[in-house]
Amino acid sequence: MIETFYDLLRRQGITRRSFIKYCSLTAASLGLTPAQAQQMAQALQTKPRLPVVWLHGLECTCCTESFIRSAHPLAKDILLSMISLDFDDTIMAAAGDQAIAALEDTITRYKGNYILAVEGNPPLNEDGMFCMPRGRPFVEKLKHVAKDAKAVIAWGSCASWGCVQAAKPNPTKAVPIDKVITGKPIIKVPGCPPIAEVMSAVVTFVAAFDRIPQLDRQGRPVMFYSQRIHDKCYRRPHFDAGQFVEQWDDAGARAGYCLYKMGCKGPTTYNACSTTRWNEGVSFPIGSGHGCIGCSEDDFWDRGSFYDRLTNIKDFGVEFNADRVGAVAAGVVGAAIVAHAAVGAIQRAATNKPKA
Amino acid sequence: MSVIETQGFKLDNSGRRVVVDPITRIEGHLRIEVNLDKDNVIRNAVSTGTMWRGLEVILKGRDPRDAWAFVERICGVCTGVHALASVRCVEDALKIKIPDNANIIRNLMHSTLYAHDHLVHFYHLHALDWVDVVSALAADVKKTSELAQAISSWPMSSPGYYRDLQGRLKKFVESGQLGPFKNGYWGHPAYKLPPEANLMAVGHYLEALDFQKEIVKIQTIFGGKNPHPNWLVGGVPASINVDGVGAVGGINMERLNMVAKIIDDTIAFIDNVYIPDLLAIASFYKDWGAIGGGISSKNLLCYGEFPDIANDDSNKSLLMPRGAILGGNLKEIHPVDLRDPNLIQEYVTHSWYKYPDESKGLHPFDGVTEPNFVLGKNTKGTKTAIDNVDESAKYSWVKSPRFKGQPCEVGPLARYVTYYAMGIPEFKEPVDMVLKKLDVPLTALFSTLGRTAARGLEASWAAHKMKYFFDKLMANIKAGNLSTANVEMWEPRTWPADARGAGYCEAPRGALGHWIRIRNTKIDNYQCIVPTTWNAGPRDPQNQIGAYEASLMNTKMAKPDEPLEIIRTIHSFDPCLACATHVISPEGEEITRVTVR
Repeated sequence: MIETFYDLLRRQGITRRSFIKYCSLTAASLGLTPAQAQQMAQALQTKPRLPVVWLHGLECTCCTESFIRSAHPLAKDILLSMISLDFDDTIMAAAGDQAIAALEDTITRYKGNYILAVEGNPPLNEDGMFCMPRGRPFVEKLKHVAKDAKAVIAWGSCASWGCVQAAKPNPTKAVPIDKVITGKPIIKVPGCPPIAEVMSAVVTFVAAFDRIPQLDRQGRPVMFYSQRIHDKCYRRPHFDAGQFVEQWDDAGARAGYCLYKMGCKGPTTYNACSTTRWNEGVSFPIGSGHGCIGCSEDDFWDRGSFYDRLTNIKDFGVEFNADRVGAVAAGVVGAAIVAHAAVGAIQRAATNKPKA
Repeated sequence: MSVIETQGFKLDNSGRRVVVDPITRIEGHLRIEVNLDKDNVIRNAVSTGTMWRGLEVILKGRDPRDAWAFVERICGVCTGVHALASVRCVEDALKIKIPDNANIIRNLMHSTLYAHDHLVHFYHLHALDWVDVVSALAADVKKTSELAQAISSWPMSSPGYYRDLQGRLKKFVESGQLGPFKNGYWGHPAYKLPPEANLMAVGHYLEALDFQKEIVKIQTIFGGKNPHPNWLVGGVPASINVDGVGAVGGINMERLNMVAKIIDDTIAFIDNVYIPDLLAIASFYKDWGAIGGGISSKNLLCYGEFPDIANDDSNKSLLMPRGAILGGNLKEIHPVDLRDPNLIQEYVTHSWYKYPDESKGLHPFDGVTEPNFVLGKNTKGTKTAIDNVDESAKYSWVKSPRFKGQPCEVGPLARYVTYYAMGIPEFKEPVDMVLKKLDVPLTALFSTLGRTAARGLEASWAAHKMKYFFDKLMANIKAGNLSTANVEMWEPRTWPADARGAGYCEAPRGALGHWIRIRNTKIDNYQCIVPTTWNAGPRDPQNQIGAYEASLMNTKMAKPDEPLEIIRTIHSFDPCLACATHVISPEGEEITRVTVR
């Protein structure tokens, strides 16, 4: 008999009380109601650990590295108590034939019930042989494992959008996984990499509720990707007050002014960096003095320099791609920002000369 | 089949062919094929990089100030090393001098990576080659506690601690869902640790998994996130403000205190857990001090790292010096110049790229690359279903770099041997300590065990250097020096029309170089030769084998179907294949013109 998540925790000496507390805290961190927390507790008590298969295509392994940074829950506890990570090249003990046997066993044994998590993406040029584990095109392996998966998680910007290897001219013709996997729900968790606790929350959500989270039109969980970094940025008051960093390490930089003029892409980037922050809430790019480079957005590599100021309507994010009507509204915001920054600069220059 | 003699090895591919693909617990995609003789001894070894992304092609025409972000995505495990080499090559090209604080913060971020990367490699990518998780179930918890307390003062060592751990492990195994431990080589005769040592190591595997996320917070403080923190041409992006308006949101006393605490904790973990574990485990595997040496006793290469003086990369300044050893002559350290066209060259005779004349190597400033995926006539299988590669033809997406025509090993062992030869006490003394403790000769350094031991010593060295850099930063702040960026050359209009630069980096995995040519404010040419290219590369026109292939030669396998010996030695290099497989096109022309969306 396969034991449930709850059985496992109980047998590991975790009391019912702390189990319920864990569910409430996790639910709270996901923005769920107490009723949903109960539902989560119920689900975890009655299910075996969720089998997960984690494949790697063309990638840099930053998603895995981010995942193991998760602080709540700890990566250790996810691996030992929440999911069953039956295949993952980066951490699994077995290699070669034994590794592939483990993969095939999971596909057969948990047909239709395992989660496929994909880090990286498949290249299509050269018959797919720019990524050829076991001497075969990665795209074949990806389709093979996806076929019997219950749902698919696209980790990071590679799997979600294509990311750096798909930047122009995309020499390997690397494509996001939804170009080759069809007929399966795909949760896109973009970012280069995604935030650790966002990754663990997505996995925990699926394990607990046995469903995928609510997604936006681009396939991203709305709970983490529905707001711009700019919307919740702690430097936003400086933006509103027209106080900007004019050059690196100037007086404005030292006073924590807005980085918009240094090319910050926070106003067009949908991610949880300014709320959840990074590495257990320690900081996020803007908090450490560099503008957001927009790493969770589609094609962010090909939108001009990271230090170019946002001026163009079409840079204004999700609405343009997903919703023509929204694009018009965003365009107004974009133009307003540029005008505002110019006014702000004039105001600031008059009142607060930065000493470089 | 013929026998090829090279570098003192006899390559004989007549025996049984064994394929290990995927090599797991590495970064990226790697395949190893070997031939065994009738006694199951490896007589031929073939290393194939099985991925290519073409990042340098993508860099053509972009803003050089953006390059660090692109190349940082070459690797998310050794995150930041490519960014560091990149800002250095741009600064070299544009003759930008960075402030002392920026140099110190870069050193601090880079030494942080060393400590993190080596720790994660030892416990999470390498330990399961030596530690039998299932055997830990049979351990006596009281004896485990005694063992732990005998080798270290680390407090998490009581019998109760190990009883709980063993209980959790037992229940995990009994659940039938073994997760990442499924199908491991448990019970393989090459595992030698007693159950108690296995249990202790499993405990530290989990503790290290919890702790590693703390170390990188230093990169988050200065770079905003990890993996992939932010860097800046001309300095670092984080400003220092310890005492003024806005300090609450910048690098202030609270942040600096956090850095100081993490450094103390890192030193404590590495010196009280990692090093004692390394010595304890090594004492059961002394035979591996004579296995897996490859070319480490002959050719070694270091580019150097940690400039103590900002903008000075001479050996007077580099805390890890630059230099090469050739032909096993430890008495002569060869100077290394990344700009010298005759020293460092790449060959593609056995790589899936095309040169006009493949008998010659090319310096990265003049590099030519064009993918050329063709298989030799002895390949078994088809173009999209390869069962065995043909090493007499092209067989890898990795190129073959050579120093003065010689394949070299790079990485922690190369550094420790070179600095031992240079007689630098802070590298030599720990080596002598380990050799004495394990009671093995100096030659045991040139081995799988030596490689793994050097990495551990270096993790400790780096952790203590973090403290050194932090103290330097505090002294500067105390003296009122707060500058972190030089913006004189930030605007592209201030740049020369044509500039070339080389950026060095001694990454945790070894010598890393980036070469850039900037024309009319845009990247005209960008190239990287990375550590794993040196180590994992295929043969060259003279059939000289690289470090991986050489290291597997003459190793006896206990059970050829369970290739524990192969992954042990390959893991001792800490492979990073996403790093290794990069190229640039000849004049930067597009390799394909496919539009995806």
